[in-house]
Amino acid sequence: MDTSADERRILYNQPPNPLRPEIAVTWNATRSDIEIIDLSKVFSSGNETFKAVDHVTVHIPDNEFFTLLGPSGCGKTTLLRLIAGFEQPNSGRITLGGQDLTALPPNRRPINTVFQNYALFPHMSVADNVGFGLRMLGQSRRQIKHTVTEMLALVEMESLAHRRPAQISGGQQQRVALARALAPRPRVLLLDEPLSALDLKLRKTMQSELKRLQAETGITFVFVTHDQQEALTLSDRIAVMHNGKILQIGSPQEIYTHPAERFVADFIGDSNFLTATIVHTHAESATVKLSSGAQITARLPHAMSASIGRTVTVVVRPEHAMLADQGVLQGTLEHALYFGTDTQVQIRLSDGELFTLRRQNTVGQLPLPALGTVVNIAIAEGAAQVVRH
Amino acid sequence: MRPLPLNHPTTLSRWLLSTPALVILLLAASGPLLIVLVYSFLSPGPYGGVVWEFSTEGWFQVFFSRDIFDDSVGPAYAHWSIFWRSVRLALLTTLFAALLGFPTAWFIATRPAGTRELWLFLVTIPFWTNLVIRTFAIQEVIRNQGLINSVLLNIGLINQPIQMLYTDFAILVGMTYVFLPLMVLPLYASMDKLDGRLLEAAYDLYASRMRVLWHIILPLVKPGFIAGSILVFIPAIGAYVTPRILGGGRHLMLGNLIELQFGQGRNWPLGAALALTLLVIVLVALLVYIRLVMRDPEREHG
Repeated sequence: MDTSADERRILYNQPPNPLRPEIAVTWNATRSDIEIIDLSKVFSSGNETFKAVDHVTVHIPDNEFFTLLGPSGCGKTTLLRLIAGFEQPNSGRITLGGQDLTALPPNRRPINTVFQNYALFPHMSVADNVGFGLRMLGQSRRQIKHTVTEMLALVEMESLAHRRPAQISGGQQQRVALARALAPRPRVLLLDEPLSALDLKLRKTMQSELKRLQAETGITFVFVTHDQQEALTLSDRIAVMHNGKILQIGSPQEIYTHPAERFVADFIGDSNFLTATIVHTHAESATVKLSSGAQITARLPHAMSASIGRTVTVVVRPEHAMLADQGVLQGTLEHALYFGTDTQVQIRLSDGELFTLRRQNTVGQLPLPALGTVVNIAIAEGAAQVVRH
Repeated sequence: MRPLPLNHPTTLSRWLLSTPALVILLLAASGPLLIVLVYSFLSPGPYGGVVWEFSTEGWFQVFFSRDIFDDSVGPAYAHWSIFWRSVRLALLTTLFAALLGFPTAWFIATRPAGTRELWLFLVTIPFWTNLVIRTFAIQEVIRNQGLINSVLLNIGLINQPIQMLYTDFAILVGMTYVFLPLMVLPLYASMDKLDGRLLEAAYDLYASRMRVLWHIILPLVKPGFIAGSILVFIPAIGAYVTPRILGGGRHLMLGNLIELQFGQGRNWPLGAALALTLLVIVLVALLVYIRLVMRDPEREHG
């Protein structure tokens, strides 16, 4: 059966089936934004304590594709488990649509999770897996059958409804896990690194699938990943986490072009870190002096006190720098790596640091100067960004 | 590949290598069973043993009895009640072992990784003590002047001791105690393999704790239940020591009845026929059981 995106949207947005009374009564709010207020979770084993989530405050509006991004151990999965209700916070609150969730167990929260390894029930068919939540909500067999068919159509898995999870591929299991979590029409869908077990090609397909599903269902997605590329591609907003804290929240463009912290710049994309001294400050930017003596304008992170004379770190993305006749930095051309669409050029600056720039490869372009030549580097207007440590 | 001729050295050495297995199968498994089958169709010797004279009297006596005065034939109610008691007690033992074994195994399986071995070790400790001694220990606990009755009498809850020893109840308690580890160990093995995220997934999908138990845990540890039930039911139905000591010789089970025929009864053919009857009961019970549990409840819902 082939259903168009519009048809699927209509299917999903039918008035929700009556939920189990206690859940329906609790969740009659029209909003489904999440408010996380000063949330902390400490794990302790023996004498050692570990702050997995450290005083996190964040607001996730309705219908947003929100991503928690960070290296393993940064607390992103714990934060997700706190929202799901699998962990209890040591302090702080979580509200959904203005109603407090903190004391509710997972089975009383209108939130569903897609687990990292899908956690499909091995003893049930694909259809029974998808219908499980509805069965637990006490819906009639007819209703369940109807919704299951709908959900399997949504993820294009109708033909495999009677298979067992062990009899379908990883990508198909992924779709079933999505359908199972979406079937009870949750207010919020939590996704814990759902694509990490897939190979690269399948991951790309599933990324667009996820984006499509989020647009069609209008559900708030909270997505956890350590893959920066995935985060940049999918998200409306990204929160970068490190050591249990959220370092920066913003749109992918903001996070990438204007990282506020050195960690963020380092974790997402490639960066050149330059040491500079502030010579002049404006409202949101400052004029800084580089080690070469040249002065450039760099953006300041929000609410950073920048006194004149202070030494700061400036970030320049490799693709925002170029070889030029006149530049702000000089160095010796040391390496050139050809990547097809672009060439990565490494230059040893006069202060000994290595600077990387990326040059788009076009037809009829001037060839690169020979290795060992002294070259000038120019930095695009507005590309330099001061970061906190 | 073409099969090698029988007299080829490789074929010969293969047969030679499998001799130990063949000898054991012949001498220890099928051989004795054949002897028992043959004995059940012979006549009893006057001082035990058999005389080589074909007779179906042994099998006849399993199900029917002759009146010693007028030779009239009636059903062997005594045997039937012993069959029934054996089956019932073995089933109840399996049931109670499962009811007690499940929480025990769950408790062990949910301990931190380093301490589970210790708990498993504690479960197996009773195996180190002789079965007879353990059974006498139970006798000490439940007899009229035993631990339970003394305590209840002393605190004034009862005026007279409760008769527990030499009842079916005593046999049930004894067998459940003795066979419990055989249920706990396979249950633990299947719980150990259980993926905790499945429980979280069910809990996340609006299942209460009881429903997680019913819809996820129980179906997934079913193999453990099957293995444990078989391991408990088979020795329980043929139990000898426990009913002998705790049943006091009045509440016989099949094992005791068979022993009686080879001992005081001096009726080896009847004993052999009873032993084979026990075998058939176990086989039928297993077949019915496997049929029942192999049905797929989840598929029936769909």
